[in-house]
Amino acid sequence: MIAKVGLDGHDRGAKVVARSLRDAGMDVVYTGLHRTPEEVVAAAVQEDVDVLGVSLLSGAHLTLIPRVVELMREAHAGDMLLVVGGVIPDEDVPVLTAMGAADVILQDTPPEAVARRVRELVAARQPR
Amino acid sequence: MFDPDAIERIRMMRRDWEANELSQFLLRQPESRSEYRTASGLPVERVYTPADIADTRFEEIGLPGGYPFTRGPYPTMYRGRLWTMRQIAGYGTGSDTNKRFRYLIGAGQTGLSVDFDMPTLMGYDSDDPKALGEVGREGVAVDTLDDVEALFEGIDLERISVSMTINPTAWILLAMYVALGEARGNDPNRLSGTCQTDILKEYVAQKEWIFPIRPSLRLVRDMIVYSAEHMARYNPINISGYHISEAGATSVQEVAFTMANAIAYVEEVTRAGVPVDRFAPRLAFYFIAQADFFEEVAKFRAARRTWAKLMKERFGATKAESMRLRFHCQTAAATLTKAQPMNNIVRTALQALSAVLGGAQSLHTNGLDEAYAIPSELAMKIALRTQQILADETRVTSVADPLGGSYYVEALTNRIEAEVAAILRKVDALGGTVKAIEEGYFQREIADSAYEQARRRASGAEPVIGVNKFVEPPQPGALEIHRVDPAVEARQIARLRAARAARDPARVAALLDRLAREAADPAVNLMPVTIELVKARASMGEIVARLREVWGQYVETPVF
Repeated sequence: MIAKVGLDGHDRGAKVVARSLRDAGMDVVYTGLHRTPEEVVAAAVQEDVDVLGVSLLSGAHLTLIPRVVELMREAHAGDMLLVVGGVIPDEDVPVLTAMGAADVILQDTPPEAVARRVRELVAARQPR
Repeated sequence: MFDPDAIERIRMMRRDWEANELSQFLLRQPESRSEYRTASGLPVERVYTPADIADTRFEEIGLPGGYPFTRGPYPTMYRGRLWTMRQIAGYGTGSDTNKRFRYLIGAGQTGLSVDFDMPTLMGYDSDDPKALGEVGREGVAVDTLDDVEALFEGIDLERISVSMTINPTAWILLAMYVALGEARGNDPNRLSGTCQTDILKEYVAQKEWIFPIRPSLRLVRDMIVYSAEHMARYNPINISGYHISEAGATSVQEVAFTMANAIAYVEEVTRAGVPVDRFAPRLAFYFIAQADFFEEVAKFRAARRTWAKLMKERFGATKAESMRLRFHCQTAAATLTKAQPMNNIVRTALQALSAVLGGAQSLHTNGLDEAYAIPSELAMKIALRTQQILADETRVTSVADPLGGSYYVEALTNRIEAEVAAILRKVDALGGTVKAIEEGYFQREIADSAYEQARRRASGAEPVIGVNKFVEPPQPGALEIHRVDPAVEARQIARLRAARAARDPARVAALLDRLAREAADPAVNLMPVTIELVKARASMGEIVARLREVWGQYVETPVF
């Protein structure tokens, strides 16, 4: 699942990634814009997704991602992988991974590299 | 423009050159690519001659300041008046941004441009749960008129023009601007500036919306009609291609989709009975300057010619001012890279040069730290200095439309104009702009172009220096970036609560009731009641929430 949380309307990257993953043979759900963390996590649980990719270009990642992580924990979605993408300052990357993001994929990452990374992350996960 | 015999001689000369010099040279040294195209995908010849514009009448090119305005909206262009150097700024509270404005004015900036935070853009108060983490982050937070007063404190609004980048809540900001002017004793006919207001491109590209399309268009109409009556120097809308391009559209699509939106606005206002020449002179445009230098110059020229013809032929405008396209330009943020950020200074300078050679009236040059955060003071100063160097050192301002008459630029201008016209015919065939938006036509086209471009970048077919070519290991911490003050949210919420505590609640409630009544009648102009509301210190979130009860909310079907 590719998700946009918060009021940020930048969806170019999220849609390119969604389409690239679909073209790479994955089942992709895109949430559309302006979702709350609650809506996104509920939808991800409902769809039983392997990977939840959250895109943020607004700078609000350090407020919104902890909420997503907390909701995933509450929903016992422990084996769902959280990947964060967008405009994220380098120094925030370790902060996000320490919170529980499986990876942070930054701008200018080629679409194929995103697909490859998603496959690696899923392959490395404990079997469900 | 050319004598047919001369064209025939030129064609013969070219055939001869192709058979001799060219073919022999190609045997020794083949070209680097099998085909050459513009960034929009238009085919590009090896070299251009008068034969490529043999059918172009000089009247299509014309002279600056005259129909069809291909060469610029004014006869003297930058000799008479330079473009306005308008760096956008906005963060924190009104007084935080006021400091940045004064810094930029001190550095020689000649116009102001305000960026608002996401809650303000989307109509939520700073204490709304949806605003969490976004207050004052990507722009300045505005909840009530008090914030606009702080924003412009000590700045004479009759002497500097102010542009406000705001769309679904634009009419509230315009109301606040009017109320501020009134409180200061300004003559509304002397307030100059621009409100972006272009809601249609939000549904298409930038994706900041609140209400469904029809009531949103009505708000745009109300602003255009109000300012046509009360604000002689104000541009109530900036019909914008910038965001369409940044969302992935090609330059051809940028102009075509922007024109399609402009047509919808003109139709909306004329349907209300306002003659086109009454409001069209104050319609302003906003385009991007992308990386394909000559295509961008040709794009600006083609946009001016297209608009002039649309206004004259489609809408029957008779005043030259109604046909004269004026535009603000911003260099292309999405071309700027996180890798090797100093390279962004050079990219921005070249894009800015295309805007100037293309005849822009106002320009924002992006900061080198665009891919990191909102710009630092230093990044903005370098960007402003880039414009000042163009204006004062390069002498490109001496001649109007200096690339006019270039066989290539004229041929490309013609081609872009023709491509734009073809897209506009398609939109008409789909039933018009609003119908095309509702059916996702523009959105699909933009998503396709964005995907194509991402693939070209990934394959290296579209080189991006420092990203897919001449790559270096990253240098962490190379830039000092703007940091958001973590206390800003609490400070802003305290301001909002103080404003609410000091006002007359019965008056606000009565005005909100009047707003709801008037909103239900599409014939009423909502500007007067909104001006009363902001003066009574109603907050933006309260005004929007009340209208949401009347009009509902827009729901997008996402296309990817």
